[in-house]
Amino acid sequence: MTPALSIVDAGVRLGGLDILRAVNAEIAPGEFIGIFGPNGAGKSTLIRCILGLAPLVSGTISIFGVPAGRANRMIGYMPQSRVSLEGTALSARSMVAAVAAGDRWGLPWSGRALRAEVERAIELAGVEEYADRPFAVLSGGERQRVGLAQALLGTPQLLLLDEPLASLDPRNQMLLIERVAEIKKTTRTTILFTAHDVNPLLGVMDRVLYIAGGEAAIGSLDEVITSEALSHLYKTEIRVIRVEGNIFIIAAEGGVIEAARHD
Amino acid sequence: MIEQLKEFLSYDFVRSALIAGSLAAILGAVVGYFVVIRKVGFAAHALAHVGFTGATGAALFGISPLNGMLAISLVAGAMMGVFGNRLHRSEIAIGMVLSVCLGVGTLFLTLYSGFAGQASAILFGNIFGVSEQQIIQIAYLSAASLGTLCVFSRKLLFASIQPDLAEARGVSLSMLSMVFMVILAVSVTLASQVVGILLVFTLIIGPAGIAARLFRGFWSGTAASVGIALAAVWSGILLACATNWPPSFWITGILFVLYLAVEIICRFVLRTER
Repeated sequence: MTPALSIVDAGVRLGGLDILRAVNAEIAPGEFIGIFGPNGAGKSTLIRCILGLAPLVSGTISIFGVPAGRANRMIGYMPQSRVSLEGTALSARSMVAAVAAGDRWGLPWSGRALRAEVERAIELAGVEEYADRPFAVLSGGERQRVGLAQALLGTPQLLLLDEPLASLDPRNQMLLIERVAEIKKTTRTTILFTAHDVNPLLGVMDRVLYIAGGEAAIGSLDEVITSEALSHLYKTEIRVIRVEGNIFIIAAEGGVIEAARHD
Repeated sequence: MIEQLKEFLSYDFVRSALIAGSLAAILGAVVGYFVVIRKVGFAAHALAHVGFTGATGAALFGISPLNGMLAISLVAGAMMGVFGNRLHRSEIAIGMVLSVCLGVGTLFLTLYSGFAGQASAILFGNIFGVSEQQIIQIAYLSAASLGTLCVFSRKLLFASIQPDLAEARGVSLSMLSMVFMVILAVSVTLASQVVGILLVFTLIIGPAGIAARLFRGFWSGTAASVGIALAAVWSGILLACATNWPPSFWITGILFVLYLAVEIICRFVLRTER
């Protein structure tokens, strides 16, 4: 079977710096992959490479057998940047409709098929309840689900979610994760989910991709999130401590790399 | 009152003002809606300032102020489109360039003696002075701009609302930004024929800002923006006839009162503010 995503010896240079060196990963269709690593490790860069927005200096990336390139309709993408439309009353539904087939020429007019597509994405992302309210008055969690609906347009087979949990409170983090897990179950979409903290995603991930020091490790949670594997990536001594089902990643010299409560 | 209205409409210069004003209002209202969601209001203001130099400089070379302003703001608009994102971070550079533009414009005014009387017309508008030839030019320009906008509007809306996603879908952000700034340059030039360079902001941002505050859809918002702009320009011109006060005063005044009313309604009645 063709892998959903195949990354072979991928290397990325930005501004004269090696961001990623020889990253390898093969992801099967329908997998939920959590992508972790410190700030600036290259999580978003890897996402941009998969989208064909950042060039590789070495190696290859292919999506369902097709080399990475711009405007790949198999990919749904939720960017990290947050949209703000303060001072406008544009509704959540209008925001999703504006994205539907937004790469076409002409007037932003939605025919029946597109309107149905917008409704499907809105339902799948769980936005129905507040679809007609102005986007500007929605909470952070609600806005993120509008972003999820935008990413789900066009029935993508690979969903790239870049830091969707950032600046959400724990309850809204859980709501969003549950929604994504449900989408995975009902649509069999392959999901790549970047996050800062491993803990909120513990119950839903199939495997983990950890990026640090320009390298990446992929595998099950127990293979990758270990003192040994992470020390190897960070090239310094790292301790992984498990307390009551939570995982803490700590540098040996002190300083918590990742810690969060997980209810 | 109807009699009075009939009398005003019997004058050629009033009819010309209404036609030119409507054309500028429609284009400004539609383009303005995108200015509001793209948050480039400052660019509209900057283009008008740059246009001042073109309008005053044109006289030196025997070109009409409209053409002079159009030429220079098109160049400035295209440049702003190309450098787009970097401009946001360089307020000081923009401020310096704008001031020197106004300064050079003032020099042109002095060099071309006899033209100085026109300065206030350029700065504050002279809608009752438009010639038939200018109306034809304004009609062509607004038709071309609206036509171009129709072709690009779907991509432009997408890129304005979710730029990163649009880029991933293969939409060229820099191309769109340049096209939009060129259309904005034309709209600013036409709007300045109605309310003058210093007051362009009202006609581009005013109607669209009010409409975007109230309407939840793109189409309803754009339609309302056009409606508000036409209502403000028409009533402004007719009130100017009745009072002999300048139309620019009435148009800016009407839009300001509308804006205030909508702000109050949104904040205290609908509570659409968080």
